[in-house]
Amino acid sequence: MINDTLVELSRWQFAITALFHFLFVPLTIGMSWILVIMESVYVITGRQIYRDMTQFWGKLFGINFALGVATGLTMEFEFGTNWAYFSQYVGDVFGAPLAIESMMAFFLESTFVGMFFLGWDRLSKRQHLTGTFVMALGTNLSALWILVGNAWMQNPVGSEFNYETMRMEMISFSELLFNPVAQVKFIHTAAAGYVTGAMFVMSISSYYILKGRDLPFAKRSFSVASGFGIAAILSVLLLGDESGYEAGAVQKAKLAAIEAEYHTEPAPADFTLIGLPNDKEMHTDYSVKIPYALGIIATRSLDKQVTGINDLKKGNEARIRNGMIAYSYLLKLQAGEKTQVNLTGFNETKQDLGYGLLLKRYTENVVDASEEQITKAVDDSIPPVAPLFFAFRIMVGSGMAMLCLFLLAFYFNAKRVIEQKRWLLKAILFALPLPWVAIETGWLVAELGRQPWSISEVFPTFLSVSNLTVSDVLTSMIAFISVYTIMFIIEMFLMIKFARIGPSSLHTGRYHFEQAANAPSGLRQQTLES
Amino acid sequence: MFDYESLKLLWWALIGILMIGFAVTAGMDMGVGGLLLFVGKSDNERRVVINTVGAHWDGNQVWFIAFGGCLFAAWPMVYATAFSGFYFVMMLTLFSLFLRPLAFDYRNKINSPRWRNNWDKALFVGSMVAPLVFGVAFGNLLEGVPFSFDKFLRVTYTGTYLGLFNPFALLSGVVSVAMIIMHGGTWLVMRTNEQVAARSAKAAQIASLVLIASFALAGAMVARTIEGFVITSEINTTALAIPTTKHVVTELGAWMHNYKLQPLLWSFPALGIIMALIAGLMARAGKGALAFIASGLSVTGVILTAGTAMFPFVMPSSSVPDHSLTLWDTVASQYTLSVISIVALIMIPVILLYTTWCYYQMWRTVTVEEIIQNNHSAY
Repeated sequence: MINDTLVELSRWQFAITALFHFLFVPLTIGMSWILVIMESVYVITGRQIYRDMTQFWGKLFGINFALGVATGLTMEFEFGTNWAYFSQYVGDVFGAPLAIESMMAFFLESTFVGMFFLGWDRLSKRQHLTGTFVMALGTNLSALWILVGNAWMQNPVGSEFNYETMRMEMISFSELLFNPVAQVKFIHTAAAGYVTGAMFVMSISSYYILKGRDLPFAKRSFSVASGFGIAAILSVLLLGDESGYEAGAVQKAKLAAIEAEYHTEPAPADFTLIGLPNDKEMHTDYSVKIPYALGIIATRSLDKQVTGINDLKKGNEARIRNGMIAYSYLLKLQAGEKTQVNLTGFNETKQDLGYGLLLKRYTENVVDASEEQITKAVDDSIPPVAPLFFAFRIMVGSGMAMLCLFLLAFYFNAKRVIEQKRWLLKAILFALPLPWVAIETGWLVAELGRQPWSISEVFPTFLSVSNLTVSDVLTSMIAFISVYTIMFIIEMFLMIKFARIGPSSLHTGRYHFEQAANAPSGLRQQTLES
Repeated sequence: MFDYESLKLLWWALIGILMIGFAVTAGMDMGVGGLLLFVGKSDNERRVVINTVGAHWDGNQVWFIAFGGCLFAAWPMVYATAFSGFYFVMMLTLFSLFLRPLAFDYRNKINSPRWRNNWDKALFVGSMVAPLVFGVAFGNLLEGVPFSFDKFLRVTYTGTYLGLFNPFALLSGVVSVAMIIMHGGTWLVMRTNEQVAARSAKAAQIASLVLIASFALAGAMVARTIEGFVITSEINTTALAIPTTKHVVTELGAWMHNYKLQPLLWSFPALGIIMALIAGLMARAGKGALAFIASGLSVTGVILTAGTAMFPFVMPSSSVPDHSLTLWDTVASQYTLSVISIVALIMIPVILLYTTWCYYQMWRTVTVEEIIQNNHSAY
């Protein structure tokens, strides 16, 4: 049987490396379009300040991009190194979007990012702008293909188990691509990236405005970011990916856990604003509820029910028992008894094979599982309620707070009085971490909410690991934590340094610290050095 | 649309093409990174070296990403077995690769000799570990790797990590590093001038000689002392991907069988050696472009030599030879292969087109004067 500690460590390592990678990617996704907007204005109007904006924000983009590239390599390695049986069991389906991503998107992004940084003097204005656009397009296409892969893990359409090759095999690529979960996930995640980029530019611009430095530069940057941001935050909130939660039992379990809805409520269900989920007694303590809101948010209707955890478990128990039958047929087929009876029996039950595999945590043979083991597997079949409940509320709360900031910023910016609203500028500056809070908790909601599955209803997470030793994974995890910490410190050091210097770091002679009268000795020294 | 047998062969070729693409492009900038400390003495000279590849290293690296992604999709069992089996070696490579994006992007951000020297060393490590490890890994593939499958096709690696660094594998590592240094050296001869170009020419010549010697020695060992693998059961090329049902034996010198059956294959090792010789001579004569082309062909020849010797094996098992992975039985389903074939056959030419355009736009001899002039915009 598979070692529980190995599974836990493998999961932690994956979560740490994915969450870390995801600190940098959304900013890249969002800022790439902001750079396109700034450079387009430069090409159309020919005004130097927009070129300076593109180059300065591009500098910060580059500092972030390097970490995104470096930590992305880990994801490429980790499916093979730490999730070898996952790769064997679902590689036929899951590998394809990754392969296509590299050929269709990542080449584009990475080839043209070089042109963006170093091609200013070698390309014509239009060529360079086209290059920047292609880079942004590549970045976003890359996100699309990764999310097509991820959506298949959430809602595995277009595929079938083949008992001879012992793996999931693709039967319809178009179903994979047009997976409803993929559509909502892409829009939600890409727009979250746009919000991150907008918030980043807006916050740092607020800092310059508050300091009274480089005002024409800062206010123009602020305008671009607040306009882009308001469109983005509305897309994230209005097209949140709840609408994908109707697809399949696992998404339903995720939704029930997010809401800590232990018992099915009559439609339309209330939304629990805040409370303390209590797994033992199966209800939420101290809850504050908004009537009808959950039903409307989750099902986009007044008459459809949101299924509670209790009812989901009952359904899962039946499927686990059916999965045991599927597994017994699989054993017979593997032993070479390919009789009509066994084939028909397997085909009739194989949609529940994954549920049967949940028992492998407790008994190698599955078919001999005791009632107690079945009960344990049923309990496993629901994701942990409290972390999802809170993560979701932190995510939505951050989103709402950012919506307010973007609305105010957009309004006062349009009225051209943003400079006088120092309280707002300060709030925006200090709100800089919010998009990251939302994104990281959003990742938790999506991926923790998928548990106990690596592929929903098909393949349990604990079976997915490589046959490694606990010390193998512990060693690599400690190495990841140490090295990533060092990388993060270096990145933040550079990011803060250049954000503080601002456009003076371009050495054009036009900005604050290069006008001798303004230069305090410390920063001036730094500026002249770099 | 395509029959399964052709698709399997196509993907053997495509994985090979991606590997060659990786060695010829990213191999070049890794060679440049490996030479950085030795051919660039001053900060400006080092910036010359880095700026010859500054705009391209990231795109080049995607050949490796694409190689990994396609391995996952087309040969999921090889991806699973190799990456988990070589766990620590893979982690070592991964951690060394972290250094490259950071070194390239961060080095010029701060004008301090200590900061820049440290990033130069990081770039050296980041550029040399991967070619060494990939060479060592290839050596191990030729010798066979101890792994086997259970009845659910879950793979277990039974070797030690240190066992991967045996004499033949280390020799393969030398072949790989020499090849990459030669390739980076000829690139610098072509794209730089004066002292940097002269030092690079010297490095390329030495590397080409080391490559010829180590490659020939490795070839002799494959013929005389290494046990190759042979499938003794009948091969069903259209069968489903189940790698555990065939019968395989090991045999001294068996990797030479394909060369006996098909003498034309000798053109690959010949290409590897003759082109390395030409690359060295051209570098000596200061003809950078010719040297670089010859070097690229030599790299191609070396990889094809190893690949065709093992055909149809891709990852033989030394502990349970019957479980060896071959291009016939380690593959994705026919449907998946069809889908990714269409993408690859369309996208690879497109990638080559725009990559060439970018190289063309950035083409020039990078000089110290240029670096001084563009002090703040260059890498």
